Amino acid sequence: MDDMMFLTFLATLAGAAWRLATPLIFASIGEIFSERAGVLNIGLEGTMLVGAFCGFAAAFATGSIPLGLLAGIAGGMLFGAIFAFFTITIKADQIVVGAALNLLGMGLTAFLFRTYYVSTGKGIEIAQPVQIPFLSDIPFLGEAFFRQNLIVYSTVLVAILASLVLFRTSFGLTLRAVGEHPKAVDVAGRDVASYRYAAVLVGTGLAGLGGAFLTLGHSNQFVEGITSGRGFIALAVVVFARWSPIGAFFVSLLFGLFYALQLMLQAQASIVVPYQVLQALPYIMTIVTLVVVRGKGAAPSKLGQPYEMR
Amino acid sequence: MSQKPFLRVENIRKRFGPIVASDGVSLEIEQGEIHSLLGENGAGKSVLMSMICGMVRPDEGEIVFKGQSVRFNSPREAIRQRIGMVHQHFMLVPNLTVAENYILGQGSPLRVINDMDEVHAKIRELSDRYALDVRPDAIIEDLSVGEQQRVEILKVLFHGIDLLILDEPTAVLTPQETDRLLSLMGDLAKDGKTVVFISHKLDEVMRVSNRIGVMRDGRVVHTVNVGETNARELARMMVGRDVRMELPRSPEPPGHIVLSVDKLTCRAETGLPAVRGVSLYVRAGEIVGIAGVSGNGQTELSLALSGLLPVDSGRVILNGKDITGLDPARINASSFSHIPEDRHKHGIVASMSLSENTILQRYDQKPFASRGMLNRGVIGEHTRDLIKRFRIKSRDEDQPIGALSGGNQQKLVVARELARNPDFILVNQLARGIDIGAMEFVMEEMLKQRDNGRAILLISTELEELFAICDRILVMFHGEILGELPPDRTRLDELGLLMAGQTNQPALAS
Repeated sequence: MDDMMFLTFLATLAGAAWRLATPLIFASIGEIFSERAGVLNIGLEGTMLVGAFCGFAAAFATGSIPLGLLAGIAGGMLFGAIFAFFTITIKADQIVVGAALNLLGMGLTAFLFRTYYVSTGKGIEIAQPVQIPFLSDIPFLGEAFFRQNLIVYSTVLVAILASLVLFRTSFGLTLRAVGEHPKAVDVAGRDVASYRYAAVLVGTGLAGLGGAFLTLGHSNQFVEGITSGRGFIALAVVVFARWSPIGAFFVSLLFGLFYALQLMLQAQASIVVPYQVLQALPYIMTIVTLVVVRGKGAAPSKLGQPYEMR
Repeated sequence: MSQKPFLRVENIRKRFGPIVASDGVSLEIEQGEIHSLLGENGAGKSVLMSMICGMVRPDEGEIVFKGQSVRFNSPREAIRQRIGMVHQHFMLVPNLTVAENYILGQGSPLRVINDMDEVHAKIRELSDRYALDVRPDAIIEDLSVGEQQRVEILKVLFHGIDLLILDEPTAVLTPQETDRLLSLMGDLAKDGKTVVFISHKLDEVMRVSNRIGVMRDGRVVHTVNVGETNARELARMMVGRDVRMELPRSPEPPGHIVLSVDKLTCRAETGLPAVRGVSLYVRAGEIVGIAGVSGNGQTELSLALSGLLPVDSGRVILNGKDITGLDPARINASSFSHIPEDRHKHGIVASMSLSENTILQRYDQKPFASRGMLNRGVIGEHTRDLIKRFRIKSRDEDQPIGALSGGNQQKLVVARELARNPDFILVNQLARGIDIGAMEFVMEEMLKQRDNGRAILLISTELEELFAICDRILVMFHGEILGELPPDRTRLDELGLLMAGQTNQPALAS
């Protein structure tokens, strides 16, 4: 009986881990596109917040989750366009602009939410789990992996697709070259700035989607600072995953596991550790992993550097 | 050869801000020839070729290729017209394979890459045809500089070209790799390709070219057939006056011992032994040279002497004071100057101004600083003085030193080190990357220092440099000093044997 309970616990944990990893998967894969092209966007947190807010607002107005998701992506990309304009066209420092966008994202979404939505107190209908026939009936595994909503399932597709685009297309090859040796790309006749814009827009679009998942697929409400540092954790995921989309998928799952563990352990009456310690778990693990996985080994060599054509 | 020239450049002008890079340059190149462009740094060779290959757009003038006037907006358009260039700084993405680098930017951006096998086959075929030894699946960063250069040349061939431009290709190569490259150029010419070879090394140019164009001040001042000239004449054309390879020096005998090194050993950064018991001395008023093929411990010896590499055993005595294993700041303060081999790593801070670079070791000393504040006026005046005395070409003393040509950077390093009035000067590769005019100038400065009673240790792989100014030449091989010779060109063979590690020659017993 105890064994059965433990297995159920594990199955619930695994399912929750995937769900909680979903925003990280989107955001970190997005960031990989951006960083592979040499653009370090630390404004992920703000971008995700904008995505979360836009997604919520659109779904609130239309009642449609797909429209909400599209609005989340669009909001993220709009935010990304600001970032790209300042860092690529004006060649401002990427860290400074990223930090500014984080502050802007937090302030702007809090302001708009308080102005228009906080008094309504109403939530939205969130994406419902889709049970995959037969597979969802497998004991434990079905519970863990085949009773999720469509957004969660799509993370697998996004990871595979991102990997194929980066490593199997001419676009991906050029994008990676832009982050390593932009001049070589220039000489080969491709416009470095366009590729960087594309990379940033893909990246922030995915970050916006990750944010929108929080309001449309996870909680049914927008809350100020709902991302609670996920944008920063996604930055750590990218380093840990060594700039590989498939790697980012699994590393995100690991972080999702810490989130899930923390939530489920809080619910266990028998555990006497103060809940604040448990809540800090994902963030502590971020620091620990960054210390363990140190060294810039696989980092694109022109990461963070604007490109100057002579 | 056809009546019309293969490539004709007419009256091209190009300015970069106030600097005139091409001043109405004209040039004709015939099909199938190896045409060398010779000139000092800043003569406008690279800029001219960059305009022909579409990297830079001329302000005025015309380029006629195969009888048609062409105007390229990008290197891509030039490649389409079958003109390709191998740049001094390679245009290869380090973490991609050879084949991936070749298809970079080819075809539609949205294309799925599914023809890798064909690309690999084509690379192998070309590699075999010219014996280039390039593997299509090798990752660029795993290759040596010489191999990367072959990859670059093959890239241009891969894209299919008739005109190949090589910009200072031998600067980064070992003598063996250079031989190989020169014979490759011959093979390409035999296949009907036209090669433009940019260089400032006279002997290579003499060996391989059909015709030689000499550039000076943004113009081609002479074009000569290789059979109708010699190195001396070419050197004169390059600088516009006679170059004295024999420099006068005073016959004063050397004085007391300034630096003595006793059984010094140290290891390279890799942990392998690099210097194995080197003993030597340098007296006041003499220049002692260390000859040797690069990689025989010269780098480590100079780093260990200047405190940049830990010493395992042995002693270094300067002016009677033991400086073994002191930190670089203290060694510098002991009347020790160092003109390093790797200027960018140990000599200058590229993003800082000339003024700031001149006081790198003395920023906290009077008169450059007082009460913790820099005296900008004094520093500026001192720097302007050095710029004038050493004829450093720069806008002003506030320009970042990275914006200067390599030769002018080196002049500033030399100027700074000599301005400190040291008793001992350690020089590793005095003339690296600088042209004949500047080289002659810094060599004369060294001789002046010698005549003023300084002790100088000159490490060099350029024998010409050693013969020209040294009083004694030591030969280093495999971390040891194998022997000593006078700077006598007639004993070049002995020197060569020592450099190859052979000591059992009776003539060397002395």
